[in-house]
Formats: sequence, structure tokens, C-alpha cells
Amino acid sequence: MSAPAPRLALVGIRRQYGPVIALDAASLTVQRGEVHALLGENGAGKSTMMKIVFGLEQPDAGTIHIDGDSAHIRSPRHAMRQGISMVQQHFALVDALTVAENVALGGTARLDLDATRAHIRELSAASGLPIDPDARVRDLTVGAQQRLEIIKALSRDTTILILDEPTAVLAPQEARELLTWMRRFATNGGTVILVAHKLREVLSVADRITVLRKGRTVFTGHARDTTESSLADAMLGGPDMSSADARVIGATRAHSRQAGHSSSSAKTRDVLVLTGVGVDDAQGVQRLRDVNVTVRAGEIVGVAAVEGAGQQELLRVMAGRTTPTRGTATLPSDVGFAPEDRHRDAIVLDATITENVALKGAGRRHGIIPWSALRDATRTLMRLRDVRAGDAQAAVRTLSGGNQQKLVLGRELSGSPEALVVESPTRGLDIRATADVHAALRAARDQGTAVIVYSSDLDEVLALADRVIVVAEGHVREVAADRDTVGRAMLAPADR
Amino acid sequence: MMRIARMVLDPLLAGILSLLMLAALLVVSGYPVAESLTALWRGAFGSWSVIASGTLVRATPLLFAGLAIAVAFRAGILNIGAEGQLLIGAAAATAVAMIMPTSLGLAGALLVLLAGGLAGGAWAAVAALLRVRFGVLEVISTIMLNVIALNITGLLVRGPLQEPTRIFPQSALIDQALRLPRLIPGTRLHLGVALAVCCALGLAWFLRYTAPGFRLRMTGSNAAAAASAGGIDVRRVMFSAFVMSGALAGLGGAVEVTGVTYALYENLSPGYGYTAIAVALLARLNPASAIGAAVVFGSLEAGASAMQRDAQVPAGLVGVVEACVILMLLASEWIGAKVQGMRSLNRGGTPHDQVLEASSSPA
Amino acid sequence: MSSPALADFLDASVRSATPLLLAALGETVAERSGVINVGIEGTIIAGCLAGLVAATVVGPNAALLAAGIAGIGIALIFVVVAIGLAADQIITGTAITMLGLGLTSTLYRVIYGDGGAALSAPTLSVIGIPLLQDIPVVGRALFRQPLPTYLAELMVPAIWYWLHRTQSGLAIRATGENPGASLASGISTRRVQTTAVLFGGMCGGLAGGTLVLAQVGTFTEGMSAGRGFVAIAIVALGRWHPVGVAMAALVFGMASALQFLFQALNLNLPYQIFLALPYLLTLLALALTRGVYRAPAALGARKAVRG
Repeated sequence: MSAPAPRLALVGIRRQYGPVIALDAASLTVQRGEVHALLGENGAGKSTMMKIVFGLEQPDAGTIHIDGDSAHIRSPRHAMRQGISMVQQHFALVDALTVAENVALGGTARLDLDATRAHIRELSAASGLPIDPDARVRDLTVGAQQRLEIIKALSRDTTILILDEPTAVLAPQEARELLTWMRRFATNGGTVILVAHKLREVLSVADRITVLRKGRTVFTGHARDTTESSLADAMLGGPDMSSADARVIGATRAHSRQAGHSSSSAKTRDVLVLTGVGVDDAQGVQRLRDVNVTVRAGEIVGVAAVEGAGQQELLRVMAGRTTPTRGTATLPSDVGFAPEDRHRDAIVLDATITENVALKGAGRRHGIIPWSALRDATRTLMRLRDVRAGDAQAAVRTLSGGNQQKLVLGRELSGSPEALVVESPTRGLDIRATADVHAALRAARDQGTAVIVYSSDLDEVLALADRVIVVAEGHVREVAADRDTVGRAMLAPADR
Repeated sequence: MMRIARMVLDPLLAGILSLLMLAALLVVSGYPVAESLTALWRGAFGSWSVIASGTLVRATPLLFAGLAIAVAFRAGILNIGAEGQLLIGAAAATAVAMIMPTSLGLAGALLVLLAGGLAGGAWAAVAALLRVRFGVLEVISTIMLNVIALNITGLLVRGPLQEPTRIFPQSALIDQALRLPRLIPGTRLHLGVALAVCCALGLAWFLRYTAPGFRLRMTGSNAAAAASAGGIDVRRVMFSAFVMSGALAGLGGAVEVTGVTYALYENLSPGYGYTAIAVALLARLNPASAIGAAVVFGSLEAGASAMQRDAQVPAGLVGVVEACVILMLLASEWIGAKVQGMRSLNRGGTPHDQVLEASSSPA
Repeated sequence: MSSPALADFLDASVRSATPLLLAALGETVAERSGVINVGIEGTIIAGCLAGLVAATVVGPNAALLAAGIAGIGIALIFVVVAIGLAADQIITGTAITMLGLGLTSTLYRVIYGDGGAALSAPTLSVIGIPLLQDIPVVGRALFRQPLPTYLAELMVPAIWYWLHRTQSGLAIRATGENPGASLASGISTRRVQTTAVLFGGMCGGLAGGTLVLAQVGTFTEGMSAGRGFVAIAIVALGRWHPVGVAMAALVFGMASALQFLFQALNLNLPYQIFLALPYLLTLLALALTRGVYRAPAALGARKAVRG
């Protein structure tokens, strides 16, 4: 007797973006009729793997099998034809159209909205996902939009459904209903791949679990054989970091400890104080709840969080770019800010280096701009921060990512601000540039600046931080700066 | 140094390009190339008097409107309402000239110009307000304001501003004392030409050396970064830039009535506001380079009438050349972007990667 | 007001509105796909010349077809630059207008000599619908018109059906609102926008053909006289919906027919006010209305998701 071929199998998958290896010899085997959870830290490669399954990305190496047959998934359309659908975190819905129109969109048959409506009612009744076919998407709640995405997938005869962090946007009640539905879908022969952070949730619904760490599959097994603790161990890993990053981080961490001790003694002035801060998004959903944080001069506070836990809002409140909905934020007059999306929020690519330096404080500038003095200041800054470019008059577009980031940090640190907020400071940078950026942040700290650093890479947070605060589901708390404690705190809501 | 060289070379290159294109079109449509181009040259640069009275006078409204377009585009505003702003400026200048005491002399003439600039700015402020307050696309609103401006002009020259005999649809002649003085006696070269050049250089200086000019450029290049990293109030900057753009076009209209036509006509502008888009693009939105670009198009239009007269080549061909110049500039921008994309590819990190990064970061 | 004068007024309104409606319906489809084609003026004038040239050879009915094809030809240049090369739609459209105006005036002289002698073309005959055309006041305006008027009227429900009841219409609307979502549903946004813009070009060409073949009977340089821009205003006033666009076109048609009415009634009113009025109305409508009938969300977006 031979076991049936798995519904979907990925073997030895490799995917590389420039110097960054997202997936390396990763594998995943999913059976028919199961809810299969895919776990991993930020940047472990979960999203890349799912993009490959859905045809959004092509692997550099490795094979994919569907029902035992070798498959090559060229595009989302091609994936859908094989019964694979994906509900992404950012919904692909047209909000000016009705539910029925969104379901019909992209179909090949003649458009028959009456039939589509009937089909939606049928699917809705069978799946227990209530939705009004005639509602306009823009009038739907986020939960209803997600139900619509699932209905859309079901209407295309989906048998393998990928859900990327589906409960992140849902209220607790909605999340429970979704998990119940998943279970039922699988019992009826469907296959669910659930990409998730929340361990409790995963354990409550998944049949089997695969854990990725740094692009490799480190664990596959039945959910009943695991505990939250063993899963966290698998995700966070032991001391077996093998990549080049580990060497850099190891080296700089030692440095951090020393510097941290030497500087933390004298400077204890409170620079940045948040009291009872809450932030609501445009839909009125609470992104931050009752946050109380104090950052002192001469320390680096590391922020750890999984995607979308509220850290973006927290950093923007600290940088003075967002006004809190509730509570008070006491900030120094000058806070430097290096946001994650440099090209969008921090630099003007077509302007020169000097102009980008001059951008700081441009809103308050008057009269004639002293360009020659600024040019000299820029050259000094470039020398000081080791920004490598032809000249201060070169367009920033011509700089490498690392030099662009060093420029942003240099600019934000010019004039010695009392506080500096940094978001994913080394994203997309190579090892050398990463080390330079880390050195710059430490130097700022040693000169008495209060530094707040968020990174999606937990190791980076730990390498830099003197203290660590964790954001989980909008709650913020300080935890001991060891990998295991922080990692677990990120995965669990603050109330436990 | 490089910059000054480019300021001259860019338009020169474009001029040569336009001539080549024109030559090709002449061949295709079966006109004698050498004869036609000679006629064009005679009409545009044949003598000092043709240069002064023809080319430079034709280039002046194009330069004003071109500067209007350039400053708006630099701020990220697609103002295609220069045509209407120019007309309103001309109408306001004429109206003020009719009531201005002639004893004021040149000061009076300057007040008339000021009225034109203010009116053009106010006209643009309507579209700016609609954009900033109500989110109405400036493209749609400026198109409509262009037509409304044309109708207002038509109304004025048949009503309140009509000449005393009430026969022709035009205003009375502007008093001698309020007209712009001639720079070279015996030619039509007027003070407005110098004024336009001053505006171009002044605008170049403003954008490059002043704080508001810097804010305008940064807002146009990347409004998100200007707001986040520079603390710039980008809505306010866009509003002011829109008004400034309208004022420049309005000034152009005022100069046209006080320096060239001496009266308001319904079809005062043969589409200056649209040709100005070609001028601005040719100048790569650089005000100083716009001087050369305006001369290129001014000479084409001045030469076109000579070409039609002497070689029977339809003047409309020049419009085709202008359109082709714009389309080629757009295409070259695309090629430039492709080359840039390939360079960034070589530095590691694929464009696709950046797209992913961009799409994964919440709005 | 005497009823013959009113009947004349209504007749003139419908006549003025016909080319505007044709061009505006085409632009509606283009804009619903997210593309604003300011070059519609260029397609209209191309239709004018093509209509004249073809009419002298093959007669007025086939000439209408030729006018539509000429419009497609001009729109094709727009497609290559604005969709193919992802250049700015507004600048491209402006260049297309200049190109159309320059090209037609040149070709006209090349074909008919530099005198540009007023050449007259055979025109489309008026088709009267028996009995209905005799209804007092409105009969002539509605039921005694040349072919293009009936064509435009039929296109209103046809385009509504296309946009709202077919798969390709759904793809057009979705692409104009959210090209990313369209792409994720397996739709080629590039192909959708190309189709929509070419259709818009055809309608612009037909509008030009109508001007020459059903109204003026000859070609003059620049005879499109800004109708392309009027079409863009009509689309906005009609809230991007075929029925709304039809009513808006009638409003604009009536405004320009008022001058004939004033002449007939010997009124010496400044008709420019009435010509400008619909534009003011459009601006107000744009500023004050929100909700379902608004501009497509991705209209004019240059760096829409490519596909």
C-alpha cells in the first residue's frame, strides 16, 4: 500500500534577491484535507515561499509537485487554474464595485451577474461565510472584505487556499469564526496553508506545521506533537546561526555590551516620554493602546514586533510625525527620523546630495539658501559618515542603498538631535554597510542621543539595543533583552 | 559652467532636431526641402529686423507661458490652463488700461502689467483651490477654465470693452502712454521681451537659491519625503506654485496686449498655452533654458509664415514638428528610465525587488 | 416663445450635441479604464479630414467609417506613447491634439492645393421617421436627423450595457479603479486600456466625420474648435456614466444652440454667458459631488501597476 501523493510539495526551493538569500533548500509538503500552518520569524522566507506557490515569483532552484506531478507555476492565473488561490494581507479588491462584480472580475465566461449573485449566495450558505452580493466593497468591514476574498477564491474552484496572516486585521470574534471555517473547509477535502505569527491560534486550528528559519525548513510535524514553547524554539533557533550576518552581529553585539556599560552610567535624563498613548487608524481600529514608554539620553531602545503589530504607529508618534489619538507624547523639539521606505519618505532621488541634506528643516527656512556653506557642510558630513559618492552635487539616485542610508542617518543626526528614531535601518544593505550603520547608531548613543531602533530582524534589534520593548497587538511592554524572551513576547499578546 | 553650456546646447540640439524632422516631413509631403528651409530661415533669422520683429516677438508669449508651465510642473502640478490664464491676464490688463490715467507714464504701464499678472494668478487660484480643497483633477478644471476664459474674452470684446464704434469684436486701442516702449526703434521689439528674459532668469534664481523655491522643487520631486523629512507644508507649496504659474501666464497676456496687439481680441492667442508645454519640456523645465526653447519655437512659427508665402508649405507643418518634439522627448525620458533601471540592476537589488518592497509597505 | 422657434432651437441643440456626444461617449470609456485622453481633439479633426476625403471618393456613408478609422489611427499614437511607454497622459494628449491639428491642415493643403479651396463634400441625408417626425415641437429634433444622431443615441444604452453587463466592461471599470486588483484577477490592464482608448479614438473620429458629413459639408482648418475639450467637460458633468453623459451633451448642445434662438427671437443677449455656463456647472458639480458617481480612482495614474 502506497501513501497518496501529497497535494502540494515544494522540494529544495532556493530564491535569492541580489545578495540576500530569501529561501535556501526550503521544503514544504501539504496533504489534501489539512490545515497546514507555515511559521517563521519576520524575514524567514514565508512570504517568498507563498509567492512562489501562487506564481508571483519563480524559484531559482528546486521543484514543485502537485498531486505527485512536477509543476511549473508561471503566474497567478496559472496557479488559479490549478486550484490554488491566495488571500494576501492587502486585499486585491476594487472598492467601487459590488461584491458580485468583484467575484466575476477576470472570469472567462459571459458575464451573468444574476448567476454570480446566486452562486455567491450558494457558496455563502455552504461555507457559512455571510456576505451580501449587492453590497459595494467600500461599504464592507475589513472582516467582510476578507470573507469576500475567500468567496472569490471558492468561486474559482479553489482546493488549495493560502491565507497570509488572515487574522491580523480581524476582531477576535471574526478571527474565531474564520478559524472555524478553515477547519470545516479542510474537513470537506480542501487544503489550507495558513501563514501566521500567533502560536496559540496556529495550535488551535492546524493539523500540521512547518517552520522556516532564515530561509530553511527547520521543522515539519503534527500540531498535536508540539507546544507553543517547542514551536518558539524552532522559530527562534538556538545559537546555530550560520550566515555571514551572524558574524557581523556577533562582533557588533560584543561591542554593544561594552559601549552600553560605559555610557549608561551618567546619562539618565528622560528625553522622550509617552503617557497613555493610543493611535487609531483611518477606519477607527486601535493600532496602539495605552502605551507608556520612556526613553533616556544615551541609550538605544530596541523595538521588536511582528509585522503590523503597531510598531509603525509607535515609531511615528515617537518621531513626531503622527499625533496620538489619545494620551500625551512629550518629545524634544528636534527628533531625527530614518523611516523604513527611504525612497518614498526620506530622500528625493533626483535631487543632489547637498539638496537632500538641506531638506532637513526646509519647512522653516527663510530667504536665500547658503548653498556653498551647505555644500561644504555636506562634504564634511559625507566624510564623517563615509558616504561614498562622486561629489556633493551627485544625484542621490546614483548612490548605492548603503550610502543612501548613511546619508539619511548623517542628515538626521546633524545638529545633534536629542532623539533619533530609526526604522529597519539596514533593510536591503550588504554586510559592510550594515556594520557602518550600526556603528553610526552606537556613536550617536555614546554622544548622548536617545536612539529608538525597530528592525524586522530580531537579531539586529538585540545586537543594538540596551533595552528592548516589544509591541504585540498594539500593546507595548519592556522585556529582558534576551532572544528567547523577546521572541516569545512578540508572538504572544501582552495580556498573558 | 556645465549648466550654462547645457542651457545653450539643449535648445540648439532640439532646434537642429526639429529642422531635421521638418526636412523629413517636407520630403514625405513632396515639398522642395532646400527652398522651404531657406524660406524658413529667411523668415526667422534672415535679417536683424526679422529676428527682432518676428522671432523674438513671437517667442515672448511662449516664454511667459513656458515659464508658467515649467514652474507648475516643477511643483508636480499639471497646469494645462496657461492658455486661459494668459487670456484672463490680457483681458484684465486691457480693462485696467482703459481706466488708467495716462499721466502716469511708464508707471502706469507697469500697473497694467501687474493687473494682468494678478488676474492670471487669481484665475489659476480657482483651479488650485479646487485641487487642494476638493480634490478636483487640475487637468479637467484647467481645461474648463480655459474655455470659460475664452468666452469671457469674447463677451468683453463685444460688451464692456468693445471699441467705441461697436462694429468689431475687439477692444479700443490701448493709449500710447501705456504701451510698452520699443527697445529698438523701427522694429516691433518691445520692453516685454526683456521682461520675459528677466522673469526667466529671476525664476531660475528663485528656484535654485531661495527657500520657497527649494520647497517647491522638493515638493514636486517627492511630496512624501518633502513633508516627512523636510517638514514642508506641501499643500500650501502646491497652491502657491499654481498661483505663481497663473501669474506668469497672465503677465504674458498683459505683455502681449501692451507690447504687440495694443488691443484685446478674442483669438489673441493662437494656442500659446499649449505650445508652451513643448517649450517647457524642451527646456527640461529649467527656466533659463526656456529662453532658448522659446526662441526655437518662436523662430519656427515666425519662419512658418515665410515658408508658406515663399515655398507654399502649409504653416500647419510646424505644429506637427512641435508635437513630434514633445512625443520624442517623452520617448527619450522612457529610454532614460530604462537605462537607469539597468544600472540599478547592476548594483544589486532588482527593480522587481523594489516593487515588492514598495507594495509590501502599507500606504 | 413661438413653437417653430422652439422646434428650431431643439433641432439645433440635438445637432450641436451629436458630435459632442459621440466624442464624449468614447472618452467616457477611455476614462473608465483609467486613461484620460486630452488628445481627443486630435482624433476629431482627423475624422473631419478623413470624412471629407473619403466622401469625395466613396460617398458619405462609407466616409463616416473612414472618419472612425482615422480617429483610431491617431489614438494609436497616444496608446504607444502613453500606455506603451508609460509617458504622462496629459502631456501626450496635448501633443496628440497639436499633431492632429497640424497634420490635418498640412494634408488638406497637400491634397487640395495651397489655396485650400472650400471643397464641399456630399453630405448625409436626413432620415425622417414616418409619423414620429411630425410630432409638434420635438418631432424634428428627435426623429428627423442624419444617421450619426441615431448612432449616438443607440450608443448610449450600448455602452451602458458594455460597461455594466459584460466581462470586458467589468474589466475596464475595475482597471480604472484599481489596476492592481485587476492584474491580480488575471486581467491584462495594458490590453484593457488600449482597447478603451482605441474605442475612444474611433468615437472621436466619428464625431469629426459627423461635423463634416452631417453639418458643415466641408473642411476648414481647426474646425474641431475645441470640441475635444468640451467632450472632457461633458464626461465630468455626466459623472462618467453614459446616460449622464448624454444629458450633459444635450446641456452643452443647448448652450451653443441658444445663439440661434436669440437670433431668431431678435434678442441681443450676450450668448457667451450661456456658452460658459455649462463649464461653470461642471466645475461646481466636480467640486460638490462625492460618492458613487465620481472620477475613476486611478484616472490619469501614470505608474499604475503594469501588466
